[in-house]
Amino acid sequence: MKTANILIAGFGGQGALFAGKFLAYSAMLEGRELSWLPSYGPEMRGGTANCSVIISDSPVGTPIVSHPDILIAMNKPSFDKYVPECVPGAKVIYDSTLIDSPCDRDDVEFIPVPATELARGLNIASLSNIILVGKMLKETGVINYENVPTVLSKLIPAKKAAMIELNQLAVKTGYEY
Amino acid sequence: MAVVFEKPKSLLDAPLHYCPGCTHGIIHRLVAEAIDSLGIQGETIGVAPVGCAVFAYNYFDVDMIEAAHGRAPAVATGIKRANPSKVVFSYQGDGDLASIGMAETVHSAARNENITIIFVNNAIYGMTGGQMAPTSLPGQVTQTSPYGRDTSHCGWPVRVSELLATLEGPCYIERVAVNNPANVRKAGKAIKKAFENQINKKGFSFVEVISACPTNWGMTPDKALEWIDEAMIPYYPLGVYKDRTAEEEKA
Amino acid sequence: MAEKVLMKGNEAIAEAAIKAGCRHYFGYPITPQTEIAAYMAKRMPKIGGCFLQAESEIAAINMIYGCSAAGKRCMTSSSSPGISLKGEGISYLAGSDLPAVIVNVQRGGPGLGGIQPSQSDYFQATRGGGHGDYHLIVLAPATVQEMADMTGLAFDLSDKYRIPAMILADGTIGQMMEPVAMPETEPTQYEKPYALTGKGNRDHHNVITSLSLAPEELEQWNVSRYERYAVVEANEARCEEFMMEDAEICVVAFGIASRVSRNAVRAAREKGIKVGMIRPITLWPFPKEALNKAADKCKAFISVELSMGQMIEDVKLSTECRRPVSLCSRAGGMIPSPEEVLAAIEAANEQNGGNR
Repeated sequence: MKTANILIAGFGGQGALFAGKFLAYSAMLEGRELSWLPSYGPEMRGGTANCSVIISDSPVGTPIVSHPDILIAMNKPSFDKYVPECVPGAKVIYDSTLIDSPCDRDDVEFIPVPATELARGLNIASLSNIILVGKMLKETGVINYENVPTVLSKLIPAKKAAMIELNQLAVKTGYEY
Repeated sequence: MAVVFEKPKSLLDAPLHYCPGCTHGIIHRLVAEAIDSLGIQGETIGVAPVGCAVFAYNYFDVDMIEAAHGRAPAVATGIKRANPSKVVFSYQGDGDLASIGMAETVHSAARNENITIIFVNNAIYGMTGGQMAPTSLPGQVTQTSPYGRDTSHCGWPVRVSELLATLEGPCYIERVAVNNPANVRKAGKAIKKAFENQINKKGFSFVEVISACPTNWGMTPDKALEWIDEAMIPYYPLGVYKDRTAEEEKA
Repeated sequence: MAEKVLMKGNEAIAEAAIKAGCRHYFGYPITPQTEIAAYMAKRMPKIGGCFLQAESEIAAINMIYGCSAAGKRCMTSSSSPGISLKGEGISYLAGSDLPAVIVNVQRGGPGLGGIQPSQSDYFQATRGGGHGDYHLIVLAPATVQEMADMTGLAFDLSDKYRIPAMILADGTIGQMMEPVAMPETEPTQYEKPYALTGKGNRDHHNVITSLSLAPEELEQWNVSRYERYAVVEANEARCEEFMMEDAEICVVAFGIASRVSRNAVRAAREKGIKVGMIRPITLWPFPKEALNKAADKCKAFISVELSMGQMIEDVKLSTECRRPVSLCSRAGGMIPSPEEVLAAIEAANEQNGGNR
């Protein structure tokens, strides 16, 4: 499989970094090469947060994704900022509850998911990020859906075990949307 | 023949480089006597400062390290944390401890670092030739306060013992002097106690020793000892400023 | 090797230090390296080690000075402005021939600068950084795995030669996560007869100092230290050569810049340009010989750096200015893109009559 250059972006607190970690973990369990790089700044909450995830079959060069072929956009500012940077043919998975107007690029594939709304409906409001990841798995096949339970059990510490099932539900919701 | 006076074991047989009338020699001896009497020569590690006592490692026959200016309490902390069972002391002057090294002094006290600090306060920078120290008295003439220390221009001398005693951390703080035999005896007791506290894991123990610098004060040695009584002690009163072990015994 | 785990570069350094037998860490918070301190604060109490947050970087490096003098493996970490503060203490370590590991996760400067990644402390690291004639052993990891591996190496080299070692990383490598396998070998033990352990039954007291008021003596200390440096230069220079077999253009880059350059070299190869990369792994000693050898056949060199051009001087010195050396760099926290490096490769190829 060719290298996947993934960018996940949203407000701080929306879980962009965790969504990226989920992908990174999955890739590691599959024995792939990968890198995960967060933006870092003085703001702990509320500012913009994004992370670059690269999954490949050969060692990763630069870990910085400037021109994604997969973009997960979790808010409007991120959507507006990064859609123009996508490579032609890129897949843009975005939260259509929070982002209303797709831009005029016709050489990328827009995949709207009302992730915030879906998450509210399932009473897992904090997991809209994972719903988007679920959709990404379905649309890109970059990582294997079957491994999700293993990944979640490794990624989420035992003392938060209750969250494993909820995350599982979120991935499934996105995957099947 | 009975020996009535001899060199402490913890001092090397080396001539001291200090000026005539300087009281560093007395304080070195008191420290060495404390180490001898507690039987800890083989367990003790000393930290020398930058200042007149920079060559203390040539005099004390214990493992020694030379610290950067003001950093002796941090260096002592590193040694103590590496080897908590050893006895670690620093020996510092007023410029080293109360000016450039004030942060290290205050924070090692605040941490109740289990070390012993011997603070030699002679109200002047000795090694560099007599400049104003953080403890120079108001009006005191030095090379860098040639018209006398003007407190409206360069502030007031720092009473370190009083300052540290406001902290919860430290275990023991006492100010002593070495200008007459009675004071020397008291100073010896305080220094020994500061080492005992460390051995008993009681924590930060600090002895400020009011000391004479006849050369840079521009006085004869005996006049310098008098000046300690006349000028220094009124500003820096002798006494115990904090003693947690005594408080514990009382309670 | 252990099972791979996903770790930030900063965390990998901390865990690898513990694996290397480091049980004493002293530091002060500064972005982007604070994960090292946080990791140590969590782990050290559980393994009988000591984490202590110092009152300043100055205090931290002097705690290292004391702890190393007492014979222990110890480490401190900081980022650019904090490393400047440690400069005095590092000079004392060097002047007293004490080992220690100092981590610099660089950010943009000078002054308070920024918090984004940089390599602009290259001069400071490779020329010593503090006062006096001295060098540090400087290691430049480019992956999270290397953050771990080079931490162990830094402790070993530092103990072996009694020279402080610096890990010169940057904000990117510190913050990024990659799979890493922690080394499982037992740390090498080095005899430390100089250590301050209390005189005990020794017939002499140990003294650690960098002070000598006799210039003849101080000169001799410097000369014998430089004899040791010569041994390090002869034996410990390390670099990686990438696609250099038939290269006519040679990119020189370390750390994060080498990762960006790797993409660019691959892209240029696809365009038929004969380009390769030499990645210095030790910045001091600098891999002079590899570069000088490359100058026999390469037509041009490109120094890719996150600075206004610092390593380029070592590239010129190592190649004895026999070939043109161009600079491709960004500064202040910016990182050159693979496209920028590719453009520099294409320009160098064109200017030097390269074939397409």
